Amino acid sequence: MATTNARVPVAKTYKLYIGGKFPRTESGRYYALRDATGQVLANVCRASRKDFREAVVAARKAQPGWAAASAYLRGQVLYRIAEMLEGRREQFVAEMALEGVAKKAAQAEVDAAIDRLIYYAGWADKYQQVFSSVNPVASSHFNFSVLEPTGVVAILAPEASGLLGLVSNVAPCIVGGNACVVLASESLPLNAVSFAEVLHASDVPGGVVNVLTGRRAELAVQFASHMDVNAVVWNDGDNDAEREIQQAAADNIKRVVGRAATDWQKDAAQNPYLIADTMEVKTTWHPVGS
Amino acid sequence: MDTQVNKLAFDGGWQYAPAPESTDHVTVDERYGLFIDGEFAEPAGGKYFDTVNPATEERLSQVALATEADVDRAVAAARKAYEGPWSKMKPAERGKYVYRIARILQERAREFAVIESLDGGKPIRESRDVDIPLAAAHFFYYAGWADKLDYAYPGRRARPLGVAGQVIPWNFPLLMAAWKLAPALACGNTVVLKPAETTPLTALKLAEVVRDAGLPPGVVNIVTGAGDTGSAVVSHPGVDKVAFTGSTAVGRMIMKAVAGTGKKYTLELGGKAANVIFADAAIDQAVEGIVNGIFFNQGHVCCAGSRLLVQESVADEVVAKLKDRMATLIVGDPLDKNTDIGAINSQEQLGRIESYLKLGVDEGAEMFQASCPTPDRGYWCRPTIFTGVAQSNRIVQEEIFGPVLAIQTFRTLEEGIAKANNTPYGLSGGVWTDKGAKIFRMTQKVRAGVVWANTFNKFDPTSPFGGYKESGVGREGGLHGLGAYLSLES
Amino acid sequence: MSAALRPQRGQLPDLSRVTAVDETGVEERVARFRTRSIKTSSKVEALKLVLSMIDLTTLEGQDTPGKVRQLCQKAIHLHDSMPGLPTVAAVCVYPTMVAVAKRALGEHRIAVASVATAFPSGMAPLKVKLDDTKAAVDAGADEIDMVISRGAFLQGDYGYVFDEIAAIKEACGDAHLKVILETGELSTLDNVRRASVLAMHAGADFIKTSTGKIQPAATMPVTLVMLQAIRDFHTETGRMIGMKPAGGISNSKLAIHYLVMLRETLGTAWMTPEWFRFGASSLANDVLMQLQKQATGVYQSADYFSLD
Repeated sequence: MATTNARVPVAKTYKLYIGGKFPRTESGRYYALRDATGQVLANVCRASRKDFREAVVAARKAQPGWAAASAYLRGQVLYRIAEMLEGRREQFVAEMALEGVAKKAAQAEVDAAIDRLIYYAGWADKYQQVFSSVNPVASSHFNFSVLEPTGVVAILAPEASGLLGLVSNVAPCIVGGNACVVLASESLPLNAVSFAEVLHASDVPGGVVNVLTGRRAELAVQFASHMDVNAVVWNDGDNDAEREIQQAAADNIKRVVGRAATDWQKDAAQNPYLIADTMEVKTTWHPVGS
Repeated sequence: MDTQVNKLAFDGGWQYAPAPESTDHVTVDERYGLFIDGEFAEPAGGKYFDTVNPATEERLSQVALATEADVDRAVAAARKAYEGPWSKMKPAERGKYVYRIARILQERAREFAVIESLDGGKPIRESRDVDIPLAAAHFFYYAGWADKLDYAYPGRRARPLGVAGQVIPWNFPLLMAAWKLAPALACGNTVVLKPAETTPLTALKLAEVVRDAGLPPGVVNIVTGAGDTGSAVVSHPGVDKVAFTGSTAVGRMIMKAVAGTGKKYTLELGGKAANVIFADAAIDQAVEGIVNGIFFNQGHVCCAGSRLLVQESVADEVVAKLKDRMATLIVGDPLDKNTDIGAINSQEQLGRIESYLKLGVDEGAEMFQASCPTPDRGYWCRPTIFTGVAQSNRIVQEEIFGPVLAIQTFRTLEEGIAKANNTPYGLSGGVWTDKGAKIFRMTQKVRAGVVWANTFNKFDPTSPFGGYKESGVGREGGLHGLGAYLSLES
Repeated sequence: MSAALRPQRGQLPDLSRVTAVDETGVEERVARFRTRSIKTSSKVEALKLVLSMIDLTTLEGQDTPGKVRQLCQKAIHLHDSMPGLPTVAAVCVYPTMVAVAKRALGEHRIAVASVATAFPSGMAPLKVKLDDTKAAVDAGADEIDMVISRGAFLQGDYGYVFDEIAAIKEACGDAHLKVILETGELSTLDNVRRASVLAMHAGADFIKTSTGKIQPAATMPVTLVMLQAIRDFHTETGRMIGMKPAGGISNSKLAIHYLVMLRETLGTAWMTPEWFRFGASSLANDVLMQLQKQATGVYQSADYFSLD
């Protein structure tokens, strides 16, 4: 019998990213991601509410340290993510191709994602200067308002843009010192997991970004209702989705940020107001005297 | 904890004679209708309810009970005014109307102060020196923003939202109306405002001001009533924006009610602020800060410093001085210029406070109350402190909304921060230390929207106010308060 | 005070334990005292109390025995057409005028206070200050108003200031010692508080704000800080110390607000001339005019009240 020398490629296992580690879902569940021909591309983890809970614990733990890092350092870390992503452009393009994205579009998306990271890296030490204020109160006090991170943010990433959509939501969230748990696009999850590997290879402290894959319908309410999550950011929803998420979020008066389906390639899809969405305004008073 | 040997005496001797504020320049009508489309109108259901002076339990006036039909009319009037004159007006002209409100309020300040104290029970010293001047200042501040909004948000064009439905509480009736109306109007919105059912009078007087200022009919509509009326305002499909100040429980209901409607909302909710005193603080000023923190406005303050955290080494001294200070607080007639603590706003609220007093004792805490006399009629609560309380006690965790302070101690900065933040609320906090670096550490670490360092309970129109966590969403006051009433277009 | 309790030189208290003072907070507290509205019977009682607490003062280079005798007459006969008035607590003069004042006041229970210690600057050697003090005491002064050495205080030589006060106290014998901090030269309220503690530990019977020769003289914020220092000293030692704001208190309303501040800070025990004085020259007539207005309901003219 004739043998060939053709090498068998090693398939990648797509896992979750929680607290700087890559576990499989504790539930053991998966969904098969198939290409147009029906070929299985990956058995993607179907994260459970328990996985989400673990991710929130990791995010809560990491958040204070990340917020305490200097703005300069956070900017450098975001820049580093961009550098790492640049080095793996082809991997991301190839994955998108598997998911059915045309090569040119895939290249454009990866480029945009890299540039978006650079964009927000640059904001790290600037948004405060744009959004803070010194308030001329009438009494003998010095009074100023600054932005502080709201804490732990749960993000339901855009469905139609597996990498750029996710990056466009994660970057403005973490640049201000938040930690987040992001649920990847259900139909385009591969880049999200690979992006987690990029994060891991960058200088992002474990737990600052946690990436889950799974069913949005199953996890959205969990994201919105968890009592130790400070804000929920959701994408592409309609009024029904808003109702469901906001009602679940009300129990701990979570901040709810709804973002309409949008073309994330547009310039308008990046702006510092997206940073402010998950920030709190803190006002401090102090007497002036001797 | 009462270890002071050489005690001071504050009773007997020279006393302050009654110094009642004159009321003869003030008129309160026997009955008030709803202010809709620029005029006072009968309520559709024909029903009225009493508003009572909590210091005497006597009826002050009767106020219309707005039904859904009335709210409908008010929203329609607001919509018409929005699409008609108000959104088409040049912003600078819009601003001039808001300036007019500020000016008329300044002119009628004493009258408003008296009515505020009559209707709500707060001491005239506060309504005269805090509530009314701040309300006028708030209108004055936001008036000037009307034609400058594009400078507030770089790279954005600011647009009004439409009709704002606003529901306000009874603790600062006119001031809360000002906090709601001023930015809404300056930003180009029209308003349906519902004051609290126990304190509607100054809002109705404000309707007179709005009318006298010549605002186009329907720009400001004021509907009176209780929870059902508020619910009708919040849920009305013609309302584009909901603004609420009140309890976290109701805020939660509102957040659920507007879910899926696309309405924007801001919520100013409850609090259980820690006032943290370090051993190196200016102790005498800190004691005064404690008093301002918890006894201001009978403790009916969402940002009240209701939890005192004192560093152990000065705890005895601070508590002893606080007790001395409490001995000089005068509880009684809100209209007496010397009154420090007026009447509890309502019988219902008094009952709630008293149940917490009982709870505190049942939880094993030691209760101390100032020995001041209180009048026979009306709703009164002596200034109260609890010592020997634990973080696990309900009087430490729950908002009491009365002149009741829970005192705990801490040893280290880290413990102080941890205890201060160990609450679902995050509205305000206080820090007292003479060391600059420690102030910045503390004010950065306290998870709250307003942090007072070496002061407490200060307010200013230019200063954003609002909570983290369950204390609310959004800010009121200052540049940041504009965001609540604008949509930002790119 | 027994000999055992008499402060000794070199027994400086631990000033690092003196609490900090926040100026804005003090001013806010004072503003609140000033919102107290004192009316009717309460006002009349306060005005009479103010009169009884006045140290009627003349401290001019041009003072003569004639001027001092006039002042003493005023001290005794504040406004005889108004019955039931108290006398002032004391007259306050330079040491050279003590004997004149003593004779002029005769048997009346009005004390003679003398400034001493190279008043008002205090810029003299200790020996000169001690001689100055002894001269006043020998001339019959019941009370000595000394000034602290502000220069030494500001340069941090607290031991010198302490020892000097202790020495003057010794020289006073039975005369009461009022220690003037000259707060207008101390710059900060922290310094006021610290100097108060120092003076009380060093033997002051009273602490006093000002000489009246430096602006600002007495202010309510400064006085509040000193009252709070007195309260803490009392808490710590059980000893009561008197308080004398001096200079700048020239109208009744302000004086009454000082009483409000006194009442709400130290309580009722201090509300007597034994523990509180106003150092003032023109306050008395304003109080008298107010009392007359309370009695008649008519606003008054200075023409009807004797200058001194």
